[in-house]
Amino acid sequence: MLTFTIRRSLLAIPTLLFIALVIFLLLELAPGDPMSEMPLTIPPEVKEKMRLALGLGQPWYTRFYLWLYQFFVVEPQYWIDALFGTDLAQGAQRIISFQSRSPVFEVIAQRIPQTLWVVGMSYVVGVLIALPIGIISATRQYSWFDNLGTLISMIGFSVPTFFSGVLLIVIFSVNLGWFPSIYDTTLVVDDFSSLMMQIKQMAMPVFVLALYNAAQISRFMRASMLDNLGQDYVRTARAKGMKERVVVLRHVLRNSMIPVVTVIALGVPGVFGGAIITEQVFKVNGLGQLLIIAIHGNDIPMVMTLTFIFAALIVLFNLIADILYGVLDPRIRYD
Amino acid sequence: MTEDLLQVRVRNQWWDVWDQFKTHRGAVWGGGFLLFITLFVLLGPYIWQLDATKLDIRNKDLRPFYTALSGTANWTWAHPLGTDNLGRDTLAKLIEGGQVSLSVGWVAMALALVLGTLIGVLAGYFRRLDNLLMRFTDLVLSLPLLPLLLVMMLLFRDQLRAAFGPETGIFILIVVVIGITSWMQTARIVRGDVLALKEREFVLAARSIGTPAYRMIIRHLLPNVMSPIMVSATLGLANAIITESALSFLGLGFPSDYPTWGKLLFDSVDRMADYPERVIWPGLAISLTVLSVNYIGDGLRDALDPRIRGL
Repeated sequence: MLTFTIRRSLLAIPTLLFIALVIFLLLELAPGDPMSEMPLTIPPEVKEKMRLALGLGQPWYTRFYLWLYQFFVVEPQYWIDALFGTDLAQGAQRIISFQSRSPVFEVIAQRIPQTLWVVGMSYVVGVLIALPIGIISATRQYSWFDNLGTLISMIGFSVPTFFSGVLLIVIFSVNLGWFPSIYDTTLVVDDFSSLMMQIKQMAMPVFVLALYNAAQISRFMRASMLDNLGQDYVRTARAKGMKERVVVLRHVLRNSMIPVVTVIALGVPGVFGGAIITEQVFKVNGLGQLLIIAIHGNDIPMVMTLTFIFAALIVLFNLIADILYGVLDPRIRYD
Repeated sequence: MTEDLLQVRVRNQWWDVWDQFKTHRGAVWGGGFLLFITLFVLLGPYIWQLDATKLDIRNKDLRPFYTALSGTANWTWAHPLGTDNLGRDTLAKLIEGGQVSLSVGWVAMALALVLGTLIGVLAGYFRRLDNLLMRFTDLVLSLPLLPLLLVMMLLFRDQLRAAFGPETGIFILIVVVIGITSWMQTARIVRGDVLALKEREFVLAARSIGTPAYRMIIRHLLPNVMSPIMVSATLGLANAIITESALSFLGLGFPSDYPTWGKLLFDSVDRMADYPERVIWPGLAISLTVLSVNYIGDGLRDALDPRIRGL
């Protein structure tokens, strides 16, 4: 198992490098120019100087290497410096955003809490809703509960989040006035009323994303439970007189969780990507919104770094899912 | 008596599939709705002859007919679903937007299907290509697709617009971009099936009489992987419609004043407090279409599975 983990981790490195190259070349070969939005009155020689100042003068492989160096060497040094008060970086050049002229990672660090709160919370809520629904649906297959669950999960992943979000805003903010329609990041939670305010403003985005996630996970849970309920060991457990509760919750559930856990792990990075739309609907200024702004502003370093972080998350959680599968299921031997 | 026997004999397997499909209530409803919405956008312009882009400032901001129940609303039968802030008719825009959204969905799905089937068959049939193509598939699967879609839309928009005109250019771009980012699941499924089929006796028999590879693929393998391809076609159609609307919603889809369902929704969000119907109708159209396509996929999966069929 350990050798497998090490081998898979090592294999992830060339994958990540290749992905970085693909994203970089896509941004590079595309005909868009970061200078295209500049006023036409700027003389060409000044424009050329501005290009050089942005570091666009060098050939692409130099800039790619520079980006890799900054991402993997310089930035971690700054993080260590910030944590332990050391001086490893010694003022080395960080990845700088074209738009704000501040280090890309500082902007990202400001945006991460909102994304993690809203998106992370919605995923947790989604999983917590999905698992019981999946279990009950499977144990009472074709009952009214199961049919209702099927219908709701079908609706859950057919209705796009930009419509369900807007619909909730129309109903609950405009007509009923229960929740605010815009997420207020400046809110400081220090007493009970501000906590209630925070819960209120998180309620709708979390619900929209949770419904979407729960729809898929509950289907997986149901299918996995049904697979296991037909197995011989379930009949054996019943035959030796175990209560149905014990059979379902101890024997079947534990075995059914194996594929479901990996599905949950695989879904985590997708949540960050999918949150782009929800953040836009509810005006949450998280990572997704940052990416949209950066794309519209031709901010190449920001787009490159954010997209790469999303890709790294996918690779990381693929790895975690693979390892979890091996750890949870003793029948699987990778070595 | 003999006629009955003949009747039974001409019955091919697709009739069995159809019989099984009919028993899935959701799938039948889904099929009905998809047919309805397709006819709605195809025949709509002939019945409802208002131009979706015609400005009519005198009749701006009309409400839909059902708001008449509240008494105070400003509405007329000339525009049953109301008009927008420039007086364009909502019903006509829904029809025209649906044409674009559905055609993007169908074409992008077809492209993804062709790509996925091609790569899947090649990887499954030719052992030398297998490793290379499947590693490539894994790699594309680990790309963050929505961010990349957005980046591609932004970077190639102006060039294609210049080359093919604003509407055709964006149409080509959206279709290609969605197609090349959604073929991976099809490729994986097709490869798995082809690998299993290759070990069967009929393939061995065909090979022993010297069937060349291309005919082997077209005559023997492709017909046998039709069922998973059809199921992933429905998933692909739903996915393509949602992705196109999402791009339009994020402001990176079709140009303004060119209606698609996602674009209509996006344009109306700013004033949805006063005019919720402008958000609800396009959103409902997208959601119901995707829902019905998903139900068709569900029914097809059951109908094409010979273990369930006939029960």
